[in-house]
Amino acid sequence: MPNSSVTTTYEYGFHDEVKPIFALPKGLSTRTVEEISSIKGEPQWMLKNRLRALEIFEAKALPTWGADLSDIDFANICYYLKPSDKQASTWDEVPIKIRKTFEKLGIPQAEVEFLSGVGAQYDSEAVYHNLKDEWKKLGVVFLDMDSALRQYPDLVKQYFGTVVPISDNKFASLNTAVWSGGSFVYVPRGVQVTIPLQAYFRLNAQNMGQFERTLIIAEEGSFVTYVEGCTAPVYAVDSLHCAVVEIIAKPYSRVRYTTMQNWSNDVYNLVTKRALAYEGATVEWVDGNFGSKVTMKYPCVVLMEPGSRADVLSLAVAGAGQHQDAGAKALHLAPNTTSNIISKSVSHHGGRTSYRGMLKVAPQARGIKSKVKCDALLLDPDSRSDTYPTMKVDASDAQVEHEATVSKVGEEQLFYLRSRGLTENEAVSLIVSGFIEPIAKELPLEYAVELNRLINLEMDGSVG
Amino acid sequence: MNHLLEIKNLHVTVEQKEVVQGVYLSLAPGEVDALMGPNGSGKSSLASALMGHPAYAITSGQVFMGGQDITSWPAEKRASAGLFLAFQYPQAIPGLSVEHFLRSAYNAQAEARGEKPINVREFRTLIESELTALQLNPAFLERGVNDGFSGGEKKRLEILQLAILKPKFAILDETDSGLDIDALKIVAEGVNRLVATYSLATLVITHYQRLLHYLKPTHVHIMAQGKIMESGGPELVDKVEAAGYQPFMNHA
Repeated sequence: MPNSSVTTTYEYGFHDEVKPIFALPKGLSTRTVEEISSIKGEPQWMLKNRLRALEIFEAKALPTWGADLSDIDFANICYYLKPSDKQASTWDEVPIKIRKTFEKLGIPQAEVEFLSGVGAQYDSEAVYHNLKDEWKKLGVVFLDMDSALRQYPDLVKQYFGTVVPISDNKFASLNTAVWSGGSFVYVPRGVQVTIPLQAYFRLNAQNMGQFERTLIIAEEGSFVTYVEGCTAPVYAVDSLHCAVVEIIAKPYSRVRYTTMQNWSNDVYNLVTKRALAYEGATVEWVDGNFGSKVTMKYPCVVLMEPGSRADVLSLAVAGAGQHQDAGAKALHLAPNTTSNIISKSVSHHGGRTSYRGMLKVAPQARGIKSKVKCDALLLDPDSRSDTYPTMKVDASDAQVEHEATVSKVGEEQLFYLRSRGLTENEAVSLIVSGFIEPIAKELPLEYAVELNRLINLEMDGSVG
Repeated sequence: MNHLLEIKNLHVTVEQKEVVQGVYLSLAPGEVDALMGPNGSGKSSLASALMGHPAYAITSGQVFMGGQDITSWPAEKRASAGLFLAFQYPQAIPGLSVEHFLRSAYNAQAEARGEKPINVREFRTLIESELTALQLNPAFLERGVNDGFSGGEKKRLEILQLAILKPKFAILDETDSGLDIDALKIVAEGVNRLVATYSLATLVITHYQRLLHYLKPTHVHIMAQGKIMESGGPELVDKVEAAGYQPFMNHA
């Protein structure tokens, strides 16, 4: 057993036998970065970018705020691994072992139901892509990032690193240095992509870092929903997931980005997600964090121009040995902008959740509205929840609301449900499911179903 | 095997205080018994202990249901075996829809009894006729359990659960409190219908006579100071109405 906690039986903790065709040796150096870039046959500017990022990564100290990251052993992580020789464009072309892994996760089923464009990342390489013909006709681009760099080099060069700069934070620098895979989405002016674009991916090689890079550009008046979900096998050695997501929402566009992450209990999940919202644009982050050893993730929207809007729904569930440090950031730089942040966290078996939020209102941002609501639910006395809201409001007429609640599952609530024939575990699951319902209802159906399964699994033996 | 709920010399302690001090009661199918008494007489404590509330310790005595000793059973096992408590203060579970809650409870009991679970569609059919009877709108099913409910809505949800779960024995703990006369009638009609259609046995806890005008008890028990002071027929209700509880109190 990888560890002795009650929740080690990880539903998706299987590990199949796909042999990576190519893997770099563990550890990080200029050489590693050069090799990654060379294998991918990248343009010179990207290599330079990577090398500069590596320097910055090495120069920056680990953050001293937030969760404890001191156990990450950067030398013991594999920074590049390529599982399959070429990109497959239909499901049948995907290697059978890999297909089986996806089948265990229920992908084809979801595909049959309503996945129309799947960008599935297997280890650090996307192996499967399928984009509906009509979107192609509309000019929508949905590719893995490596292919996008080859096929749309100018577009990538124009926007890459403009939302999350190379030196933004230590882990954004690391991602920029060694990134592989991730998605690239481009939606032309006025195009409404009504069916969500979905990327399903998972870590697979022991000690494997996952450094995907995602860039979404929504042109004026367009609409797109992007959905990603991850499950990972359980390993005893610490793993690192360090992603960057950049979104550019041009005037009057709307972008929704939904994530449901369920990392195994040994993963450091350190992700930088940021969006720029221009005039009248709306950006929505729906962010669900399960599993991992440590998560630090604060989806951010920079409200650049008047009338833009940010909606963030954040969910974190922490069990034994886990620390979920999650939250949201809204930066109001322009007048009449709106932000709405709802955070829900559940701590059980001594797990720890923290809400860390930042609200900034610039002096010129008149008439803004911001509402932050964070609710924490504690399932036992050993569990912990903290709230660290930072507010810097420099506009006198800002309407700012902040509300935080911490509740415990009460004996009377449990007795009420048990008196109806539900066991204590069932009762706890129902209470937790109810608590997170405002977020679950925003998820696509199959994610909502998976969320419920995870809740039932996680809550097993929660109170006692 | 008998079909009774039998309470034998029950003693209940909560927070080191003995709140039930040797109660005997017996309830048969189709019977409506009223348990009356002043505030603090131990009625609600008795109800909680019967349902298996962990904070209400049964220190001596026994409870039998259909001949089985259920004294040490957990609440969920009692429920699946056919015991139901309509709460005086039903708990709110925000975000848990009434429908999901009811179906989960229904299926948990079915599973415990080795029956097959009901699917969403069958359950809808089952619940819709009950909604009509209790004059509840189908939109009620989408709301969070008791979350922001009025007093009347809470009590009607209790009766809806009773009608769906179809227990053998129901304890109604001050179901009349906080109800206006119209809601009271709806609730009483709901209970009467279950008694008439499948011989539900009911123990009605109240300290008012109001509800008993509609529920027509077969037996009436007066409880005070943790004990049953007197048992009799419906005429006891009139006695209480005329003279209050004072004549039943132990003035030792």
